[in-house]
Amino acid sequence: MSKHHHHDVPKDSYEIPTSTWEKGRNIIVAVFILGWVAALAGYSLDHKQFFPSYLVAFFFGAGIAIGAALFTMIQHLTGSAWSVPLRRLMENIMMSMPILALLFLPVAFGLHELYEWSHPGIMKTDALLAKKEAYLNPTAFYIRAVVYFVIWSFWAWRLSSWSRAQDTSKDLNLTFKSERISAPGMLLFFLSASLASVDWVMSLQPHWYSTIFGVYCLAGGMWAFFAILTFTLLRFRANGILANSVTVEHYHDMGKWMFALTVFWAYIAFSQYMLIWYANLPEETSFFMVRRSGTWETVSGILLFGHFAATFLFLLARASKRNLNVLRFVTVWILCMHYIDVYWLVMPNFSKAGVAPHWMDAACFVAVMSTLALGFWWRLKSAPIVAVGDPRLEKGLEFQNV
Amino acid sequence: MAEHSSIHGVVADFDSPDTLLDAVRAARAKGYTKMEAYTPFPIHGIDEAMGAKQSILGYIVLCGSATGLTTAILLQWWTGSIAYPLVISGKPLFAFEFGFPIMFELTVLLSAFAAVFGMLGLNGLPRLNHPIFNYSGVAGSSDDRFLLVIEASDKKFDANETKDFLATLGAEKLEVIEA
Repeated sequence: MSKHHHHDVPKDSYEIPTSTWEKGRNIIVAVFILGWVAALAGYSLDHKQFFPSYLVAFFFGAGIAIGAALFTMIQHLTGSAWSVPLRRLMENIMMSMPILALLFLPVAFGLHELYEWSHPGIMKTDALLAKKEAYLNPTAFYIRAVVYFVIWSFWAWRLSSWSRAQDTSKDLNLTFKSERISAPGMLLFFLSASLASVDWVMSLQPHWYSTIFGVYCLAGGMWAFFAILTFTLLRFRANGILANSVTVEHYHDMGKWMFALTVFWAYIAFSQYMLIWYANLPEETSFFMVRRSGTWETVSGILLFGHFAATFLFLLARASKRNLNVLRFVTVWILCMHYIDVYWLVMPNFSKAGVAPHWMDAACFVAVMSTLALGFWWRLKSAPIVAVGDPRLEKGLEFQNV
Repeated sequence: MAEHSSIHGVVADFDSPDTLLDAVRAARAKGYTKMEAYTPFPIHGIDEAMGAKQSILGYIVLCGSATGLTTAILLQWWTGSIAYPLVISGKPLFAFEFGFPIMFELTVLLSAFAAVFGMLGLNGLPRLNHPIFNYSGVAGSSDDRFLLVIEASDKKFDANETKDFLATLGAEKLEVIEA
């Protein structure tokens, strides 16, 4: 409809200019080398510090990839048009899955450093833990991790490769096939990612349990995924990439998603806190006892006011969701808050006395995230950066919020 | 104004969204400000073309939510710790931990009320009739016709002149409608 509004809009190239791509690659490779040298030096200096620091970084990256996969599948299931111009980038983030399987190796290797339950002696003598041994034992932990990564990588690969095949074939059947596998995919991802949160983070404190913990982690991961996607697009825009294809209308919608997930995360976080506070059972309150004492209480406060309240106010107005400068700030803010959130989940198990930031936290973060960034950057070169064969692309490009 | 008191405006009937949009822009360029479009589906860009301002509904909703939040805090604090203080399962007389669900629900409830009733109020609803129904071809606006009405309340409005002007924009049918 009303085509004449758009015919004068210049078309974007759906390829990244080689010089820009090479510049980006050189920066990422340099950071990658720096990060891994620092992380490995850290490991050899103090492996007690290395494993928790690494787990925080790994879980941060995994949450984003899972968020990308879930959102891509939601787009297929709902037949969404607005998100089609962004979908290739989501797929490229989602394809972190096989790399994450490799990045999981240090966690698997550090099992005994990280997880109290991995020591059979403790499991036998502690009455509560003895009952959990059928689930919490190294063999089951490794098997489950393999199953998670097989599911995640397979779904990510199918959706991504069908989308790329459609670039040239324009085959409508690929759209229907993507829709079909997204339905079981949603169920499997939700279940497996919940269990992965339980395995990798919740079991750090093996006496404690919370049935909503998986959803809490998924909400945060998806939130960070939107922040990183929006931030990437804004950086692209600053370099003239997709500057006409991804308009303020698309940014507005991503702002709505970030806002919705800000509230969703808070809803889940509060539900977990309130039920534990009200029941007041020692088995359950242990999680919040350590996080409400000493300097950890300050971190809890930062999450309440920074993760939720401030982000809520930043994104509440329509005008701020349509202001790209506000969005750029908010995306960086969200990524910082999500890191603090993951840190707050993991670290109190290792430094109960209080917050103890370490340079290895930064080193591991840089190592893990630059590895994922490298994979993302390579995939930008191997296919157009927009799903050019998607039947809804034209509609998605012209999308406007009414 | 007085001589037009029984006239609602002049309606111009177009056959496509594009001609309607062009007509809206031309009418704005001519200096008309009080106009309304009637179309079978939303048309992108027509709000900007008509110079429609962002609705104040959001602020009404914000007032509703602030009222809900305040009410919930005061209600729970006053009933629990002033009017009828009673310790239940060793919990404080008032705490945000247990008060928050009610705070959330009342905030949402009054926001929703403010949104629905505010929208009705801003739209002048409910009302039994609207002058646009005096136009003989009004049914087309929910099928395949695109109507533009320049209203008599416009400072530049003059039934004959406005009608002549709209005739130059490609309207297929023109009619002065009674208020």
